[in-house]
This record gives sequence, C-alpha cells and structure tokens, in this order.
Amino acid sequence: MMNFDYVRPANVADAITAASEKGASYLASGTNLLDLMKGGVSRPSRLVDVTRLPGLDRIEHLADGSLRIGALVRNADLAHDAEFARNYPAVAEALLSGASAQLRNAATVGGNLMQRTRCAYFYDAGSACNRRWPGAGCDALKGENRLHAVLGWSEGCIATHPSDFCVPLVAFDAIVEIEGKGGRRELPLEALHRLPGDAPEHETALERGDLIVALRLPANAKNFAGHARYIKVRERTSYAFAVVSAAAALRIEDGRIHEARLALGGVAAKPWRSREAEQVLAGAAPDTTVYREAARAALAEAKPSGDNAFKIELAQRIVVRALTLAAAGTPDRIAALPGSPFSSVAGA
Amino acid sequence: MTVELNLTRDPAHLRHGSNIGQPLTRTEGVLKVTGKARYAADNHPPGMVYAVIATSCIARGRVKSLDVAAARRHPGVIDVMTPAHKPPLAEDPDAKGNPFAFRMELLQSDEVRYANQAIAVVIAETLEAATEGAALLSPRYQVEIARVGLDATEAYAPPVVGIGNPAEVRHGDIDAGFAAASKRIDATYQTPAQYHNAMEPHAIVAVWDGDRLFLDTPSQGMAMAQMRIAGLFGIPPGNIHINSPFLGGGFGSKGLVSGPQVLGVMAAKLVGRPVKLVLRRSQMYGPVGHRSATRQRIRIGSDDAGQLTVIDHEARITTSSFDDFYEPAADASHTLYASPAIRTAHEAVRVDTGTPLFMRAPGEATGSIVLESAIDEAAFACGIDPLEFRLKNYAEVEPTTGKPFSSKALRQCYAKAAERFGWAGRPLQPKQMRDENGFLVGWGMGTATFPALMFQGNARAVIRADGRGVMESGAHDMGQGAWTALTQISADALALDLEQISFLSGTSDLPDAGIAGGSAHTATVGAAIHNAGAAVIAKLAELATSDQRSPLFGAGNAGVVARAGRLHRRDDDARSESYAEILARAGVAEVEASGTGAADPAAQSQYAMHAHGAVFAEVKVDPELGQIRATRLVGAFAAGRIINPLMVQSQLRGGMIWGLSFALHEEAVMDHRSGRILNANLAEYHVPVNADVPPMDVITVDEHDPHVNPLGIKGVGEIGITGSAGAVANAVFHATGIRVRNFPIKIEEIVMGLG
Repeated sequence: MMNFDYVRPANVADAITAASEKGASYLASGTNLLDLMKGGVSRPSRLVDVTRLPGLDRIEHLADGSLRIGALVRNADLAHDAEFARNYPAVAEALLSGASAQLRNAATVGGNLMQRTRCAYFYDAGSACNRRWPGAGCDALKGENRLHAVLGWSEGCIATHPSDFCVPLVAFDAIVEIEGKGGRRELPLEALHRLPGDAPEHETALERGDLIVALRLPANAKNFAGHARYIKVRERTSYAFAVVSAAAALRIEDGRIHEARLALGGVAAKPWRSREAEQVLAGAAPDTTVYREAARAALAEAKPSGDNAFKIELAQRIVVRALTLAAAGTPDRIAALPGSPFSSVAGA
Repeated sequence: MTVELNLTRDPAHLRHGSNIGQPLTRTEGVLKVTGKARYAADNHPPGMVYAVIATSCIARGRVKSLDVAAARRHPGVIDVMTPAHKPPLAEDPDAKGNPFAFRMELLQSDEVRYANQAIAVVIAETLEAATEGAALLSPRYQVEIARVGLDATEAYAPPVVGIGNPAEVRHGDIDAGFAAASKRIDATYQTPAQYHNAMEPHAIVAVWDGDRLFLDTPSQGMAMAQMRIAGLFGIPPGNIHINSPFLGGGFGSKGLVSGPQVLGVMAAKLVGRPVKLVLRRSQMYGPVGHRSATRQRIRIGSDDAGQLTVIDHEARITTSSFDDFYEPAADASHTLYASPAIRTAHEAVRVDTGTPLFMRAPGEATGSIVLESAIDEAAFACGIDPLEFRLKNYAEVEPTTGKPFSSKALRQCYAKAAERFGWAGRPLQPKQMRDENGFLVGWGMGTATFPALMFQGNARAVIRADGRGVMESGAHDMGQGAWTALTQISADALALDLEQISFLSGTSDLPDAGIAGGSAHTATVGAAIHNAGAAVIAKLAELATSDQRSPLFGAGNAGVVARAGRLHRRDDDARSESYAEILARAGVAEVEASGTGAADPAAQSQYAMHAHGAVFAEVKVDPELGQIRATRLVGAFAAGRIINPLMVQSQLRGGMIWGLSFALHEEAVMDHRSGRILNANLAEYHVPVNADVPPMDVITVDEHDPHVNPLGIKGVGEIGITGSAGAVANAVFHATGIRVRNFPIKIEEIVMGLG
C-alpha cells in the first residue's frame, strides 16, 4: 500500500491538530479503514492513531441519568457490560448481531459510527462512485443493487449505512460529542450521517479534524428497557450485514403504548428513524393492526432504487415483528443468535 | 498388519486390518495446531524479495499503457515485469500440449481476457512496496464490451465435457419415454458461478539455482506442475523440486499449476533472487479456476404410479472466451435413477471470465442439485413420498450402460439415514409443519453420488536392516488427511506397527503420486503403497525362502505371510523370522521395491463404479421474514472401505456443509456491464459460518468392493456436496411450498412467495 505517516498523539488536542491536515485520517482499531486502504479505496497520507488517547474508554453514568460512552470503548465490552445490557437491551442486541466476535472485540464505538457503506461499487476501484469521486456517477444505480437503499436515496447514490449499533441509537436520541478545532460540540446522532442528495461524498456532518470522543444516551432511553428489541434479517446467521433491520422500543402503561421509538437499518444511507411510525403507535393499544399501520407509515416514502422492491415489503414485516417482540417484553437475557429471527427467545 | 503375498489368489482387500479402519488422529495435527506446519508462504529463503501482481479491472480489451516509471520510482521497487520486459519462455502459454494444459496469462501480450487477469508484476524489497508499485502502474485500457452471463454469446455444442465425456448421451427411446409419461416435469434451474476460496491463497516461493528450480507452492499434482513448468522454462522436469507438504485447501483450484504461480517463477528469474508471490483474496477470483454458471432444463416423465419413463437433462454452461473447460453438469443424471430413456446434453456459452475448472464435485455438484430438486418435483406431482419415489426407481444396474455396479449399498444408506432422521410420517404436502415458535418446518432429501475414480500413482517401499520400514510417495495433503490415511495403509502394507514405519510425502522428489483430485487420491496412492509393500515383502521372502539357514527355506513366496514385522510359514505359523534377522543373515542393508496404483481396465469395463449416499435435511423458515435456517442434516454414505473414520467423517461433513452453502449462500456476484466480480472477499462471498451449520449426523455404511481397487476404496472427497444441496433445497420447498429454481435461494423469493 502507499506510504503514509503514522502519528500517535498523546492527547485530544494534539490529535485534532495532527488530523486537521489534508489527507489525514483518524485510526481506531481499523476494522474498516485498513480494508479500505488495502483495496486502494482510502489513501490517507497520515494516520492519526487515537487508540492510546487517555480517558476515552470509559462508560460513565452522569448525574442527569444519562450514560456517556467513550469513543474507544470496544463494541464487545459495551455489549457485555451487564448494566448497559439491562438498561439498553436493544442496543446490546444490535451490537452483538454485528460482524463477528473477533471484529467486535476490536471495533470501537466511535469507529462504528464512522464505518463506511458496504456498497460493492464503493469498494470496487474500477467502478464509478460519487462517494469516492464526486461527479463520477453511480454504477450501483443500474447495477447489482438488490440490497441497496429504498429510503432517502438519490440518483447520485443508493448506498446504505451498514451499522447495526446506530439503529437503536438513533431511536433513543443518542448524542455524539465531538472535539474539533473550534472546541467541543454536540450533535444528535441522527444528524451525524447525511443522506446523499446531490453531494454523496459528504457522508457525515463532521469537519476536518473533528474527533468523536463520546456517545451519550439520554436518561429517558432507559425507560424503554422492558420493551426494546433489535431484529435483523441477513443472508447468513452471523458475520453478515443486514438486508433490513429494525429497532423497536415501547413504553407501555395501562395497556396502551405511551411512547414508541422505531428505527430501521439497511434501508438508507443513514440509520432511519421513523417518527411517522412512532406517532401512529403513540396512544394506541399494542396490537398487530396498529403495528401494520406503523409499518406502512415508516415505509410510506420508500421506493425501489433497483431490484430491491422486496426490501420495502420485508422492512414492513420486520417493523411488525420488532414491535410485536418489543411489546411482548424484553427477555431476561440476550439469547444465542442475537438479533436473528431465530434467536431462541424471539418467538413468533 | 498382515500382508499375504499371493495377490492373485485372494482379494487383497480382505487382508488389511490393524491400522486401516482405525480412527487415528492426524499425524501432522500437533504441527498444525502449534504453528509449526510450514505452508508455502511461510518460507523465507535468504535474499528473498516480494512480487505482487497488478490485475486488470476490465474484463475484455487491451492494456494501452502502464506507468512503469512511476512504479519503478517507488522506494523499494526492484523491477516491473510486463509484456515488454520479462524472461523468455520456451513454450507459448497459450499452446495446448494436452487437454490439461490450460491456457494461462504470463504477460504474453497486452490482451485482457477477464477481470483480475495479471497485466504486470512488481518486484520489491517489501510486500508493501510491491503492492504500492502495482497500484502506481495506473493502467489505461482499450475497453471492449464484456460478455457476461448465460446469454452473452451464441451457445454451441462443446466437443466433450469434463474429462473426455461426450457432450450428449442418449439411452433408450426419449420420445417413447415422453409419450409413455402421464406426469411430466419441465423445469429450468440456474446455478451461479462459484469460487473455490481455499483458506490458503495460491502462493509460491521460487528459487533458481542455475537451471535448477526450487519451489514451495501448494499443489494437488506436483508431477503435472513439474511437467508444465519444465515446458515453459525449457528445463528437465527433474530439475524442478516442489515442496508441498500441506495445503490450506485446494478443492480443485490447486490441481494444475496456475498462471500466478508461474509468474512468481518468472519474477525470480527476472531479478535473479528468490521471490515470494502470494495472491490476495480478491485475486483468486479469476486466474485459478471456478465453478461454471449453469442453466439447466430438466424434463422428467413418469407414469401415475411414479415409475420413471424418461429423464431429459440439458445444461447450458459458461466457459471462458479463450479455452475449453466444460462443466459436465447434466452427467449427474446418468447413474442414479432407473429410467428406460435418459438423455443428457450440454451447450456452452463463452464469456469474459477466467477459465472455469474442476471445483469440488465438478458436474455432480451443479447437476445433482438440479436432478434431486426435479426428482422431488416429480415425486410431488405423483403424490408419492420422495424416498419411496427414489426406491421405486432404484437403479439395480447403471441405467445408461447396463453395467452392474461393483458395489452399491445405497438402499442401506436410504434406510439408515431415514431412520436416524425420523423421516417416517412426513406429510406429503408442503407448509404442513410448524415448530413450537411458529416457524415453518420442512424436510427434504437427496441422493448423493460420485464416481469411484482411479488415476495413476507410484510408491516406493524400503525395509531396513533394523526391521523398520519406509514408504515414500509424493502425495498431497489438502487437509483431507492424506498424511494420516496413507501412513495407516503403509503400515499395513509393510505388516509393521505405525511406530515402526516412516511415511514420507509432500515433495516432488519422491515417487509421482499422481493428482489429488476426483476423490481418487487415497484409492490411487493407497493401491500404489499396497503394491509396493507387497513387492518389498516378496523380496524379503525371496531372501528367506531361498536360504537354507532360514526356518522359511523352501516355503516359496506364496508359502509365507507377513505379520508384525515377521514372515511366517503359511503351513506352520510357529516357523517365522523377523525382517531384521532375514536382512542380517543375507548381509543386506535394505530391500526396496516400487508399486503402482492404477485403474484396472478389465474391471472398469465390466462394472460401474460409484460411491453413493442419502442426505436428509430439516430447515426452518420464518413465515413472515423469509429467513431460512437449516436445523438438521443427516447423511449416510457407502464409499467402499473406510481407511480412517475420523478423516472420512470430516470430509463428508465438509462436503455436506458445502451442499448447504450451494443451496442457501454461495454465489459470485458479477456486474453485468463490467464483468467484474463484486463480492471477491470473504465478507460478502457468503459461505456458511458456524452459526449456519446445524447439528449433523454422518453415517458410513460398510461396503466391500472387490472390484474398484485392491483396497476397495471409493473416495469421499466430493460426494458430500451432492445430495446435500438438493436435500436442503427440497426442505425449503417442503417448508414453504415455494419451489425456488435459482440458486442460492434468496430471501426475496421466500418473502414475496409467502405473500
């Protein structure tokens, strides 16, 4: 691969300075970036290794009841934190449904937020891709696209965001803490990833030098712990990205849905929160009829970007399933095959 | 441990015993789990440099330019091998010296035949420098439109399919068969291109010493590789020394030396230093073979009672634009079912890919999933249980030839596997069974078959003055367990304990063991070892029985038997002498003899020789989300003598998992415009992971076959895929009522089909 500088800054300020140079890229565990570099898709001239930065690997319970997760906390460590799994079971389930055990042991929370699409045309240096080369065109559009986006896509890009973790996070209004040249700022996770529009190359709202230092789950996210699930359909039982996934969380009081949260994965260039569906559910009695209505609302704007009309149907069914399972109550512990419809406590 | 000498009088296979048949663990197991087993790419001779192939990103056209200067300027780059700058070859790599000399791209021109073809090689002091040098070449192309898919070009009748099989076979009166049918199935299936994806990529470490060449490279056929490389470089085959002690899987892709391996040899010649060349995973999708894509139309006729009247199986297969390999997909219909009329036919379409080649169960894998699915369709059309339907049409003789089978315990396979699975009581109609969680449950079955082949191989046996034995054969261990199984056969062949023998293998400096392919290696090399052992003991017996001082004097060769390192008189077991005593008295340091294993043409002309099996599968399907999960696989196989049950179980399980993969997962996705493969990596080219592999039960059914070869071995390397793929596909139908005819079965077919 190309020669590049490797720096290992001692603190966040030095990291930001080092990464503010053109061509620089942060490196955490590299589970995605190193593959991209080996494939010639990413060619950073400098890697700024943030894995040794102090203080970013902690899970903290803040006074206001929110949870702060350092950007360098490993996916596996977070998912297996007993208190975390108890309070945010759908997030733990999503984490454990992603990648493989080896990758989860390495991958970081911040890195997961920043992972790139798995669109094959993005990875194939010989193909036209507006993300890699603005203005080049999109070879996925009339190519092999049965797994591409059905929501929020444009003629410029039909790729999807691959993260499982981010799906329940957007449902719970997670906040991203960012350090940059201008100091610290916060952003709702929902605003971090961008839809392609006419500038697919702008994948996130981050600016050069910006470093995600933490992720925050607000206090009210815990209120859903009794009725929160993540369901993921994929082409093999483990080590595969979602065809479509859904996180559903309900607050059920007196036999009615007091508040609902719903987000979809594998359908758009970002984790897809559906407030339309949440509105349908709010105040309703939990039953299949209203789940179906919510599913229709969630996918109302969907349209195929290629050979993927089935994903619209499948996404609606997953919404119904996720809501059904959430309403049935979160299992005491996450069973084998997390996220799978065949997870032994998933029922049906 | 007993070897009798009169090979003509008693069938040899009856005599082996103590070591053969034992579940010995791998003799090289400790080396492997401790990391001491040295695979080709683990070698680092002094002064070694790295070669990296630059590959084409177009599938058809010409390379107009390469920025060689930019690559050369990169620090660490030593040289750039291109069509204009390469060592001379003694032979045109496009010449067809024999049917196994497949054309390879050795920078002979600027022509591009497929995506991922080598267009240059960069040699550098480090792997990283060579990799970047290759990227800096920034090729410019003259692009021609790629021909992709089964309708890309006009189909034609290939001259032969597989290894010299006729492209069309007719048996009986096809028209009469259709006319007699009251139930007819006419279905068209498709199977995708698949790639071998051995864990170990093709790799070579090449060291030239004058006109002698030392190679560390994984090979399923070292002698053939020697011949090919010798021809290309104009040196005697004996000058080429190949080490291939361990392969990290081959599955056919390492049967013939590939272009990239030869490029490593050329690079070493060019720079005058040892060179290592290892393919990246993505580079394995092109120059090292693959399984052809197929479209198969199969028509089956039967009477109302389910008696077959005709099978007409047509296969359209892809091959490359520049060479001839034809996947014999339809041939799977030749042997299994007793139909009075059978026709198989092939047509080929040239596309811009690397040449397809042998891939685990070539022909049988692609054809079997279609035949077994169609038989399931036919049984369903007749309202007959799929097992009963198969038994009704059980072939007592090979249908297309009328030959008796050398042995065929398929009935026992059906019975044992069905019983273990609990097949009885299966509802005929689909979509009848649900589990406690509401998932749809389906049961399907398939028949497994693979021919019992023999190639030619040699072995050399030695008995030393201390009474110990050595057996040598340049065999190939791909992970299937050749080191272990052949050691067991060697011990029995020499009538010695395992501890008293050394089995030497894995290098071309030893006797040519032929090719490890066609599930024939253990049979072939085992026979060679058996014969070498018998021959060396005959020499020993000659020494003893002609020496008046020996207690065996006068017994004659046929009058002695070897057992546990001693020769005994057949007529008086108490009169015996140890190997060491015989050699010491004769004053001979050692005796040695060679043996050859090869097919017996007389037996082959008389008998049809096949391994068989029956596989039963259970799948569960989410009734709304369409996700499929295999939950049980039971297979029973009759494959002649089982040398090592542990290795055989492992082979059969691996094959059955591949069958599951064929039905549900595996597919190379190709862009229909560019001809590039879009999932040339193990993240997106899906093979089953552990979580996809259900509990499996593998039963071996005893089968004594006196005709296939001296040891009665049929081979188990490939049969596991056949039957299994169809069983899983049929179980999906039984669970859902949806007959998917495009493999792998995709979730959209189930989601939309379940409605």
